[in-house]
Amino acid sequence: MPPLDDTARSGSAPAERPRHKPTRGPRMPMPERDAKERASIFDEVGYGYSSEMALEEAMRCLQCKNPTCQTGCPVNIDIRGFIGAIIEGDHPRGVAVIKDRNALPAVCGRVCPQESQCESACVLAKTGSPIAIGRLERFLGDSDLACELERRCVPAKAPASGFRCAIVGSGPAGLACAGELAQLGHAATIFESLHAPGGVLSYGIPEFRLPKDILSAEIETLSALGVEIVTDTVVGQLVTIPELLSEEGFDAVFIGSGAGLPVFLGVPGENLNGVYSANEFLTRVNLMRAYEFPKADTPVWRGRKVAVVGGGNVAMDSARTALRLGAEEVFLIYRRTEEEMPARKEEVHHARDEGVEFKMLCSPVEIVGRDGFVTGVVASRMELTDPDESGRRAPVCVMDSEFTIDCDTVISAVGTRANALMANGAPDLELTNRGYVVADELGSTSMSGVFAGGDIVTGAATVILAMGAGKTAAQAMDRWLRESR
Amino acid sequence: MFRIIHKRQLSDAVFEMGVEAPKIAAKARAGQFLMVRIDERGERIPLTFSDWSAEEGWVRFIFMRVGKTTHSLSHLEVGDSLLDVVGPLGVPTHVDSLGRVAVVGGGVGVAVAYPVARAMAEAGAKVSVIIGARNNDLLILEDELRALPLERLIIVTDDGSAGIKGLVTHPLKEMCEAGELDAAFAVGPAIMMKFCAATTREFEVPTTVSLNPIMVDGTGMCGACRVSVGGETKFGCVDGPDFDGHAVDFEELMSRQRVYSDLEREADAEYAQGCQCHL
Repeated sequence: MPPLDDTARSGSAPAERPRHKPTRGPRMPMPERDAKERASIFDEVGYGYSSEMALEEAMRCLQCKNPTCQTGCPVNIDIRGFIGAIIEGDHPRGVAVIKDRNALPAVCGRVCPQESQCESACVLAKTGSPIAIGRLERFLGDSDLACELERRCVPAKAPASGFRCAIVGSGPAGLACAGELAQLGHAATIFESLHAPGGVLSYGIPEFRLPKDILSAEIETLSALGVEIVTDTVVGQLVTIPELLSEEGFDAVFIGSGAGLPVFLGVPGENLNGVYSANEFLTRVNLMRAYEFPKADTPVWRGRKVAVVGGGNVAMDSARTALRLGAEEVFLIYRRTEEEMPARKEEVHHARDEGVEFKMLCSPVEIVGRDGFVTGVVASRMELTDPDESGRRAPVCVMDSEFTIDCDTVISAVGTRANALMANGAPDLELTNRGYVVADELGSTSMSGVFAGGDIVTGAATVILAMGAGKTAAQAMDRWLRESR
Repeated sequence: MFRIIHKRQLSDAVFEMGVEAPKIAAKARAGQFLMVRIDERGERIPLTFSDWSAEEGWVRFIFMRVGKTTHSLSHLEVGDSLLDVVGPLGVPTHVDSLGRVAVVGGGVGVAVAYPVARAMAEAGAKVSVIIGARNNDLLILEDELRALPLERLIIVTDDGSAGIKGLVTHPLKEMCEAGELDAAFAVGPAIMMKFCAATTREFEVPTTVSLNPIMVDGTGMCGACRVSVGGETKFGCVDGPDFDGHAVDFEELMSRQRVYSDLEREADAEYAQGCQCHL
């Protein structure tokens, strides 16, 4: 067992502090709502750790001299440092350690794919019981949000620089960028096209996984830093990027508009009534609260038998939302196997526990209907090829294996692509032939003073990668502003 | 919040409303639309600009009272506010170098035909306007249209209570037959646009239609508004709302417009219980 290295820990601790003796034992499970109960309500599934549970889990941490977990984190959070703070009972310091790298701990603790990032890099991962880093992050994030706004951890701000920055989009990339710019002393104004801030966190991720109260509290904390959010503003339509830099008087612009355009299956019948993009289905339910219809005005088609196509988090969210809207049967159609599913493992388990039926190794070839409405999906069986040089196994159709799945709703959760709307009126902004913004690793684009990051550069990825890109770009913007303006 | 500064009842169920929105007014162009949300529980509905003033900082739209949201909207008065008004959305109508053009508006679609005809005339086109309604009481914006420099204004009603008795396709066909048209633009109920496009097709008169599919966000994010145009799936909100009328699959459009009709009846019934004006 590696010795505890106090000097390397953030905020170098007093010498008399007792040595940390890690406990042995399995991961502390997080209490969650019973699968039967939760499958019909939109309340959050996981209750989160209590202080006692968080301490017990934190005590398992080896506080490694060489903390590999941190290298597994896309934004390089000092994970050992915040777990150390929990061990010492200094939660505010733990929050500050996370917020040094990540402005939205309560969000990321819930939605990050920890099992393929920090937790997979934990030394204890070899034992099968890595530290529950995500749950501990959530614990600290929530403990901060439980405080009155004035008492929450708001990072220190550099003296005002006098520079003004515009941020396009209030999703993870835009929020992280704006928060970092504000800390660096710049005025940050976010322009959001919808009526509520948060981007995919607001319209995409359901209440049962990320409660809207948590999201708004996190955003409220950012606002306390001085970040201004202007909703109902579609950049590219109401105001163009060149206009932001000229008439509107901004010194720099960050584009974090995400990959918002839904991809459809490209099979016959996809425009039948009852076929949704996951974006539409989730937006109706999450942003527009269609689950309260007719108390809320936006309707959603409540299918009895719902087929969701895809294997990512969005597919899991759609399937579990359909269950909560009262579907009798929900099928998840995926062309590979559960092994290859890109969704967080926890979401896959939750979906299965709640009653989603997995139909693996099949792919839709047609959606059939009657009188304009869906009646079923014709799917073909698939098999996986032997691994290629990169180790990837490609799905291929099994000849003459088509079969029909009866359903009245089909939700396409097979990905999203760039929405180039924000580039209207910005002919100098270089885009790829698929509409993504061309940017270097620091976020610089072909336009001077215009930076970009997140899904609009990389294509659809994770919340934390988008946040990391937003933060990196903010630092590049800071350097650019101070050097060239 | 967007303050209502103008309201006018144009017919029994049709209203014109104006809101303070200087930034939107400065950018608005004919054929574009707004997304409007009345309150916290409201849905987002698309409404096409009927008029705007960049100088005075307002935009107007016209709506027919058909369901819960438009009913609630009709009960708001000057001085009240709308929670959200987003725009201008969609691609502006192409108005340049059209030559001789017929602009056809049916029902509330006249609200779109008016600014489109105005913009085309300003761009130098020779514009004839055909407006149609079930009867005289439902005709809107006749005076405004008469004030435009049009070649002519033809009024058509189903019952002959104003103008010619018949359908808008009749004068449209006559103009095609006389070889008087280089282009046509139609906006109104999907079925009307379908028959306008069918009328001009045989004369090979290029025809633009302004579609009104169901939308949620209006920015390309959801795909609720997808329409088949020439066998390709397009999004009404960002690729349109204008499309080549000869390539649009109108049957699919009409089917998709009906997707929530059962649910809307449910919402209307719930709303009617608390409303005096009988939905």
